[in-house]
Amino acid sequence: MDVRIENLTKRYGAQLAVDRISFEIRSGEIVGFLGPNGAGKTTTMKMLTQYLPPDDGRIWYGRTSYADTGIRRRIGYLPEHNPLYEDMPVIDYLGFMAALQGVAASEIPDRIREMVRLCGLDVEKHKKIGELSKGYRQRVGLAQAIIHNPDILILDEPTTGLDPNQIVEIRELIRKLGKEKTVILSTHILPEVEATCDRILIINKGRIVADGSVAELRAQSEGKQWLQLRIERDPAKDVIAILSSLPSVEAVRWLNGPDGPIELQSKPGMSSNRDVFHTCVDHGLVLLEMIPGETKLEDIFRDLTLN
Amino acid sequence: MRAPVLIIARKELNGLFDSLTAYILIIAFLGFSGFFTWISGSDIFLRKEADLAVFFGVSQWTLFFFIPAITMKMIAEENKSGTIELLLTKAITPRQVIIGKFLACLSLIAITLAFTASYCITVSQLGNMDHGATLSGYLGLLLLSGAYISIGLLASSLTNNQIIAFLLALLMGVFFHFLFDMMAYSSRGAIAGLLSSLSASRHFDSLSRGVIDSKDLLFFISLMVAGLYLAELFLAKRAK
Repeated sequence: MDVRIENLTKRYGAQLAVDRISFEIRSGEIVGFLGPNGAGKTTTMKMLTQYLPPDDGRIWYGRTSYADTGIRRRIGYLPEHNPLYEDMPVIDYLGFMAALQGVAASEIPDRIREMVRLCGLDVEKHKKIGELSKGYRQRVGLAQAIIHNPDILILDEPTTGLDPNQIVEIRELIRKLGKEKTVILSTHILPEVEATCDRILIINKGRIVADGSVAELRAQSEGKQWLQLRIERDPAKDVIAILSSLPSVEAVRWLNGPDGPIELQSKPGMSSNRDVFHTCVDHGLVLLEMIPGETKLEDIFRDLTLN
Repeated sequence: MRAPVLIIARKELNGLFDSLTAYILIIAFLGFSGFFTWISGSDIFLRKEADLAVFFGVSQWTLFFFIPAITMKMIAEENKSGTIELLLTKAITPRQVIIGKFLACLSLIAITLAFTASYCITVSQLGNMDHGATLSGYLGLLLLSGAYISIGLLASSLTNNQIIAFLLALLMGVFFHFLFDMMAYSSRGAIAGLLSSLSASRHFDSLSRGVIDSKDLLFFISLMVAGLYLAELFLAKRAK
């Protein structure tokens, strides 16, 4: 089921938490929601799950608009901090959630078994939720979100508190689910987005500042080329000054002091590989290493959210 | 598919029994009411009448203290742990949540009161018992409990802190339980009439004597509806 948001706005008092954002997510797409703390990610997700009413704008789920609460049966939601009923046993909790989501009573035992298998809860299924470790609690939260086989899955920071193995498992599960569902997940962990998401939405101060796949965002990121150089030390020559005088070079700096590598940034749309090589030859500098750099998602993120 | 209200009610009732709250309540209630009805002070044997008036008098006070202890966590805990967000993003309205919780608490009280059926049997062996008055007394206890449960849920919806919810419920309950009554004695005219008509204990007294008056029923039902409605409003508002 496609989700479309038009000019969604939310204010908390005088503070504008979400400022006229619009986007569309198609079925079978996994979208990563990125942004600094307080950017409006959670608020947007709360509006998508109908927990918060928007001040302005519309949300469409397929052809159904926001006002229809019946749509909630087709949404699975893992809220931030993963709230759970601590004194309920895992099985009872999943049964309760399935019943609330409108799963027929006759199907509930099968759905619970399926979730226990899918989320790897078998060893812990008879414990009370309060006795579980953080990783298992997170799995219970995820199981609760998908037990009714929803079309839309909204996950607010699904991998917080998990160890690296669990993170990989949960990511695989999300990827699997994402093949037939519309998945929106928010996270602070940038490699996670690269690993799981088809598309990234970066949000800052309540507005969307970037929208596209990781590759698209890289290309958009001003098309600047980075090079990492290592040049044999020659005390008689000021390497930095020589390199910065090149017409295609925008900035040059030592990465770790004069013994370390040099980071060189080309001007937008220009390549400085050849210039650097010829200059080094002309000046008698020995070029030991020349590695073309890649703009990292971290750089794009910092670039877009710091100003 | 079951009705959302019943799903909530069942979950809460199971929770009360799983957490032992229900057992402790039942044992404590039977202990208190049994002690004061059969053993202590102006007990049932000194009355020389085969009725349960002493039991109704004691229960009225026991429930006044015990009900806030059941209701205090009902909404405050959901607000504090954030589970309310799970509930309200499902196809369920705040009203259904409140009514479900109300039914769970009331069922627990009804189960507790059912254990005192043994008192009825015993007393009916002792003399000629007015069964009508006994039934009407039990109806009164249920209505009184319903009113205090709705006050308790209202208190619980106002705060994230269970202790505050407990004290707040007692504070609100105290007015209906005896303060309005006491104030009615020390005032006169229309104000006295108004205050005494707000006193839950007066309405309960006439029911426990076997008089089923529509005024008393209306009083308890309006108190329940008002309490639950306000609790629903606060629940919906805090969720924003």
